[in-house]
Amino acid sequence: MMQIGITINNVSYEREVPARTTLADFIRGLPGLTGTHVACEHGVCGACTVVVDGAAVRSCLMLAAQAEGRQIETVESLAGDGELSPLQAAFRKHHALQCGFCTSGILMTMHALLRDEPDVDEERVREVLSGNLCRCTGYQPIVDAVMEAKQSYG
Amino acid sequence: MKLPEFEYRSPATLSEAIALLVAADGEAKLLSGGQSLMPMLAFRMATPTVLVDLRKVEGLDAIEINGDVRLGARVRWCDIEKDQRLATAHPLLQEAVRHIAHYQIRNSGTVGGSLAHADPAAEFPALAVACGAVISTVAANGSRTVAAEDFFLGPLVTVLEPDEIITGISFPAWKAGRRFGFQEFARRRGDFAIAGAIVHYDVDAWGRMADVHVGAFGLGDTPIRLQVAESLLDGQQPTAELFERVAAAATEDVEIQDDIHADAEYRRSLLGTMLMRALQSSSRSGD
Repeated sequence: MMQIGITINNVSYEREVPARTTLADFIRGLPGLTGTHVACEHGVCGACTVVVDGAAVRSCLMLAAQAEGRQIETVESLAGDGELSPLQAAFRKHHALQCGFCTSGILMTMHALLRDEPDVDEERVREVLSGNLCRCTGYQPIVDAVMEAKQSYG
Repeated sequence: MKLPEFEYRSPATLSEAIALLVAADGEAKLLSGGQSLMPMLAFRMATPTVLVDLRKVEGLDAIEINGDVRLGARVRWCDIEKDQRLATAHPLLQEAVRHIAHYQIRNSGTVGGSLAHADPAAEFPALAVACGAVISTVAANGSRTVAAEDFFLGPLVTVLEPDEIITGISFPAWKAGRRFGFQEFARRRGDFAIAGAIVHYDVDAWGRMADVHVGAFGLGDTPIRLQVAESLLDGQQPTAELFERVAAAATEDVEIQDDIHADAEYRRSLLGTMLMRALQSSSRSGD
């Protein structure tokens, strides 16, 4: 067991966990932030994507210990007081989700991308989106939503 | 699957890290970006008793350009993508790195991790071999350098000793006007390549190809240089007709293995196509 302190959505969490705890399981555990989804658990599907110190990463491929002292943002950070963020609203408008399992990972990936590259073009969105698997919508509505939401960044 | 149990250590210096490796007597694994190691743990392909995380060790994350291009072992793919100096200091390096894995993985995966993991289908080990890069390491008995060509012994096997740590890799200086091509085929962008080809060469005062480097990956146990292609191209005028001929001839005798993704004959055909495209795109680069 080891004592680990991580800041998630501006709240600090201190917790004693086994060394093998991934960041994904840390986030879903004591903080109870279950918007971060865990599917393949070996870095293929992208469902568990969160933002660590500004960069989108797969939280199943990072140990909680590696995130010690770092700033994490999860999907719960996007919506303000009951209001969808512009990116979330665009997903809703364009029907960019069906079952929603992959959605939190895609939202966090695209949130990080749009913050970093607000002038992103569609080809770049598609390239980055290749790291997230969606098995129901097809990707076109997701691309449409991201291209619309980019006006709210930058 | 959840990860197996292990002890986690995060030493502050290389010598502490080496001491931990020595104490574990071959049962430790180094952790850098974790993008290869964590899946290996999840699949129980690696079950180390100790993980030695290098995140607190300083001095491993610099990109230094002094003629040679030196990458510290903990330089991430996204660091290479964003370094604007590399657009002229080593454009092939940037081009190759854009093909490595996916966005999120490029934000974590590191140079040293990819070299140590030694996946025969991975882009970076292939680039290191193709370019004639030199890998620097340190261990209990001192430091050494190993040519990339001698570094990879087989799938996921390198010359690294159990107590040895990669500190960086140096790519020979990139000559102005050098031409290059990088092509790979994967079913989904960002996945490991089924076959790939890397080319760079200079053009002499008479328009002939010189110092030709040709590499290939995704074929067998390790990335390789295609010496047949290099000698067929060296000293010749770069023409579309020559490229076509060389791409066919150079792949005839390459040892290629079947695997779950593709059989050997398909791979051979794919390698020829990738090599031809790499050569064709090279003639548009370097100006």
